[in-house]
Amino acid sequence: MLSWPNFLSQFFNGLALGALLALISSGLTIIYGTLGVLNLAHGAMFMLGGYAGFVVFQATGSFALAVLGGSLFMVVVGVVVERVIIRHFYSRPDEDQILVTFGIGIVLVELVRLGFGSNSIQIPPPSWAMGVTSLGFLIYPTYRIVVLGIAAVALLALYLVLYRTRLGLIVRAGIEDSGMVDILGINVNQVFMLVFGIGAMAAGFAGIINAPVVALTPDSGDTILVETFVVVVIGGVGSFPGAVLGGLISGEILSLTSMVNPSYSEVMLFAVMTLVLMLRPQGLLGQRGRA
Amino acid sequence: MSNTTSTGLNASRRAALKAGVGLLGTAMLPWGATAMAAESYPAIGTYPAGTAGDTVFVGITVPRTGTYAVPGEDLLKGYQLAIEHLNSGDALIKMISPHTTKGVLGKKVINGVADSAAKPNEAVQNGSRFISENKASVITGCVSSAEAVALNKLADRERVIYLPGISGSNDTTGKDCARYSFRECFYGQTAAAAIAPVIIKALGSNKKVAYLTPDYTYGHTVHQSMEEFTKAAGWTTVTNQVCPLGSPDYSSFLLNIANSGADVFININFGNDAVNSIKQANQFGILQKQTLVVPYNTPFLARDVGPDLMAGVFAATDFWWTLEDRFPIAKAFVTSFEAKYNYKPEWGAMTGYMQLAMWADAVERAKSFYPPEIIKAYEAGVTLNSPVGEVKFRPEDHQLIRPVIILRGKKKADMKNKDDYYDVLEVVPGAGVMQKPDAFGCKLGSVT
Repeated sequence: MLSWPNFLSQFFNGLALGALLALISSGLTIIYGTLGVLNLAHGAMFMLGGYAGFVVFQATGSFALAVLGGSLFMVVVGVVVERVIIRHFYSRPDEDQILVTFGIGIVLVELVRLGFGSNSIQIPPPSWAMGVTSLGFLIYPTYRIVVLGIAAVALLALYLVLYRTRLGLIVRAGIEDSGMVDILGINVNQVFMLVFGIGAMAAGFAGIINAPVVALTPDSGDTILVETFVVVVIGGVGSFPGAVLGGLISGEILSLTSMVNPSYSEVMLFAVMTLVLMLRPQGLLGQRGRA
Repeated sequence: MSNTTSTGLNASRRAALKAGVGLLGTAMLPWGATAMAAESYPAIGTYPAGTAGDTVFVGITVPRTGTYAVPGEDLLKGYQLAIEHLNSGDALIKMISPHTTKGVLGKKVINGVADSAAKPNEAVQNGSRFISENKASVITGCVSSAEAVALNKLADRERVIYLPGISGSNDTTGKDCARYSFRECFYGQTAAAAIAPVIIKALGSNKKVAYLTPDYTYGHTVHQSMEEFTKAAGWTTVTNQVCPLGSPDYSSFLLNIANSGADVFININFGNDAVNSIKQANQFGILQKQTLVVPYNTPFLARDVGPDLMAGVFAATDFWWTLEDRFPIAKAFVTSFEAKYNYKPEWGAMTGYMQLAMWADAVERAKSFYPPEIIKAYEAGVTLNSPVGEVKFRPEDHQLIRPVIILRGKKKADMKNKDDYYDVLEVVPGAGVMQKPDAFGCKLGSVT
């Protein structure tokens, strides 16, 4: 299927996939960078965000309110999970952190299954974003173009928070050396709580805006979790720009490989990750020793 | 198996003697007849331990999570209804298994259910656990042929009967067939042979085809069979998009299909994958340009995708509820199922029900739970009634000879009620669409 129109289509599709992956991965990478906790419940939070959005959508019929309500709900979930469980694990070994977040993920998935069943659900896109748009070289679902835009704006907002605010300064300092931040008299605990909340929100937000594209099931976070890990490893663990770059690269790998041989697109993702780990273990934009 | 000697008749006799006359009087007498029958057969698999009491255990392993959870639940309900009917001696199950009175050989059927998530290793773990912990006399269930193939091997190794649930790969009763396994549903080759003439007649010759194929045994064999049966009419494959099982996003595959210039879009995906990929294909404008064909219809597809997208779509399936107008058993089954579960049964439920009903029939005819005798009863190829007419097992590969139902999606305006998604175009007899029994390399192993 090698042809110019198809290449352009797939390249554009890779951008759209990548922007979404970047958004989800940024939450994972910020949490890991700041708190040092590898959040294996991140996929479940992506899924939970989608379901929260679905509930709000059912109640109000408004997509904008679904995004807003679902995101706020995920901030609350993030904060509660951090206060009740995660904070007890900061000084525990990595294995304990991995196990507890993995466990939280399972509990969230099964709770959703209990409430909603295993059947897939879908939130319709807002009426103004339905249908297809012809971009000349390709026909592309309008809503997917909107998702690309939303993800870009959300990433920009996250960038501004991280690089242009006091909170962002503290978070970035925390990524470099959380011990020193603590010594400087900044309430690290409060920052950690906020960061976990923001990380959960990023995942949940992505879950909601993705829900009109891909039907939701309680298991839909599983694949996402794996893909975001690949993104974070390629981009550099703990690096926000790394998550964005890693996301875009992964999206392009998934999309462009399918042109040559579709069954290899996922394999290629892992092949590239392996290559990065061999040649630049800290990831493309990661710093040695940070993680 | 190591437990066969300790559970053999000699051991139980010794135990009985030690336990004294009282125990014999209270515990052994009710099933004296079974003990007598068991005397002539050696221990094998879970026999006779599994049926030493007054119950017989059915181990059900179905995906209740993951992309195949929806058909898995439907299948499970079919099993559960069959078990209820066996234990109560319902008139419906007697239409299929005429020797049934109550239970199976007078024993109450009990069951365990485990989630396989459609993963072969979990399915095998479930099966092994049912065999070792519950002394299951029969294992049943699967929605993926990868599970079916893995459980086929387990069945032959453990000498326990296995009944696949939903499995459309040619391999299940082909190169991976098993002496201890019996498949009810049709499969890629038969689906292709049945639906190809219908779609060629409707759409014409010399068409360009794009395939969307899940990347495992089921997808590959259905794809091969569809190509084989449409080749004669000049249909050519312009692209075959092989996608992983459980893909959340089909955009890159669908873009290739959208840009392929195909006239016909043959989607082999199953379960949620079928639902997602069809909905997404619509988003990419594919369904407006290419005619969708579903060679192996997943349960609830029309309900989940909606009649707007399914109108005019050709699909091959095992059962559709409006067959109740043609077959009295179908009517009895649909009525009975709907009364209990409040929806029209899909083909998974029918397969589950039939599998246990036909197993009960084989056991009743064998007059024993001794697996080699049950296999002999299956291999006798007795003609049975079913919700899709008369059916019988082929002894060479343990495949049920059963019809393929060809459907076409109705327009919303033509639907007589909310479940009336399809017209039944044809009920294609099974024998004519099956390959020779050895064409796919089936070599059945030994019974003992």
